[in-house]
Amino acid sequence: MDFLTTINEATPLLLQGLKITVMISVMSIVIGIVIGFFSCLLGLSKYRPLRAISGVYVWIVRGTPMIVQAFIVYFGFPQLIQMLTPDFRLSAFTAGLITLSLNAGAYLSEVFRGGIAAVDKGQAEAARSLGLNSSQTMIKVVLPQAIKIAIPSMVNQFIIIVKDTSILSVIGLADLVNKAKVYVGASYQFFATYILVAVYYLVIISALMLISKYVEKKFNYERKDKY
Amino acid sequence: MREKINIKNLHKSFSKLPVLKGIDLTIHEGEVVCIIGPSGSGKSTLLRCVNKLETVTDGEIIVDGCIITDKHTNINKVRENIGMVFQSFNLFAHLTVKKNIMLAPVDLKKMTKSEAAEKAIELLKQVGLEDKADSYPHELSGGQKQRVAIARSLAMQPDIMLFDEPTSALDPEMIGEVLQVMKQLATDGMTMVVVTHEMGFARDVADRVIFMSDGMIVEEAPPAELFSNPQEPRTKEFLARVLQDLGLQV
Repeated sequence: MDFLTTINEATPLLLQGLKITVMISVMSIVIGIVIGFFSCLLGLSKYRPLRAISGVYVWIVRGTPMIVQAFIVYFGFPQLIQMLTPDFRLSAFTAGLITLSLNAGAYLSEVFRGGIAAVDKGQAEAARSLGLNSSQTMIKVVLPQAIKIAIPSMVNQFIIIVKDTSILSVIGLADLVNKAKVYVGASYQFFATYILVAVYYLVIISALMLISKYVEKKFNYERKDKY
Repeated sequence: MREKINIKNLHKSFSKLPVLKGIDLTIHEGEVVCIIGPSGSGKSTLLRCVNKLETVTDGEIIVDGCIITDKHTNINKVRENIGMVFQSFNLFAHLTVKKNIMLAPVDLKKMTKSEAAEKAIELLKQVGLEDKADSYPHELSGGQKQRVAIARSLAMQPDIMLFDEPTSALDPEMIGEVLQVMKQLATDGMTMVVVTHEMGFARDVADRVIFMSDGMIVEEAPPAELFSNPQEPRTKEFLARVLQDLGLQV
């Protein structure tokens, strides 16, 4: 069997997996941004308990491997909940989405925090001195600048999320890698199949990078020179 | 003249380090007060306490009848009437010059967008920068940035202006243009508190000059008196050093 036959045979299967990979990536990026944003706000709060919540969350997620987290979410928690409601089931997709979103949220929380910390303190002082309250200052002055600073690290994080979906194949998520394994199991075409999978990832991530280049340009007020 | 700022027995410490050690100061409407003194004497900290950018350790500050050291005072409302100009300009880097000026009046519902835009152009004319309305801060020189910063503060129509070493970060050839704008403000009757190293400005524009050292007011007098006949040895020593460095005769 040559390379072309493999492409022909594997493609329908891999496209199913690709769909799952893209779906779970996009969903966990969106959920992760929301979680990360709130965790970051908690982390900046003046109340210590709120800061602690964010700190512990980030600490736990960063301090444990994602594969272990996935096992806990997929196998561990259902067992715990089944003691109360025996019929409880969690699909691999839902468990994967929870794991990936929590992961993304923790890392993005740190990315946002770094972006906000990198905005010169004088910017907020100037806004406050004009009479803006702390949330107006955050929304109108600090965040627009923090986002610009954070975009490259955010994109980096998005790329990691897309690639990390592949880890979830171990809990049975029917993603690209999982489908590839299925095909390889039947055909023994290791080389061609996995090269093909690598190309698929390259395409997704290249698309992501193109989008981010565009967004970065939109936010780059320092290049809008008219001269 | 009405009292604009009244500071009573103000103390401020950073963690354990005392920076202000009992300041009493009253500033009247329309008065221009320059604060001079060696670095580390607490001049900037004193100024930053007046609009509560620093929280006070002890003492009382009353601005326009509002006790700003009281927790229940809405400091944001008070700040609307106190403009502040910083050493490092602090123009909003993501906004054009015009939008820098419009942000606060529009966000705080003092003006509609079109009123604020009109006001911005008027203020830019006043500081001689109407052609820079659509530029971004990074496209301006230091002197231009500081003039925009002054215009931005004025957009809120404050009746007190605080200047925290407004020319210290400028190249020498740009100091004049900023001082010119400040001089005009003083002539127009603005109440001004200026922390500065520009002795020439203090001499020409101030109604009163305050010399601070080690967190205390050592001496205060009209400029003619303070510069020509300082009473305290610490004032004499400071002036001798500064004026000699500048090669200036007062």
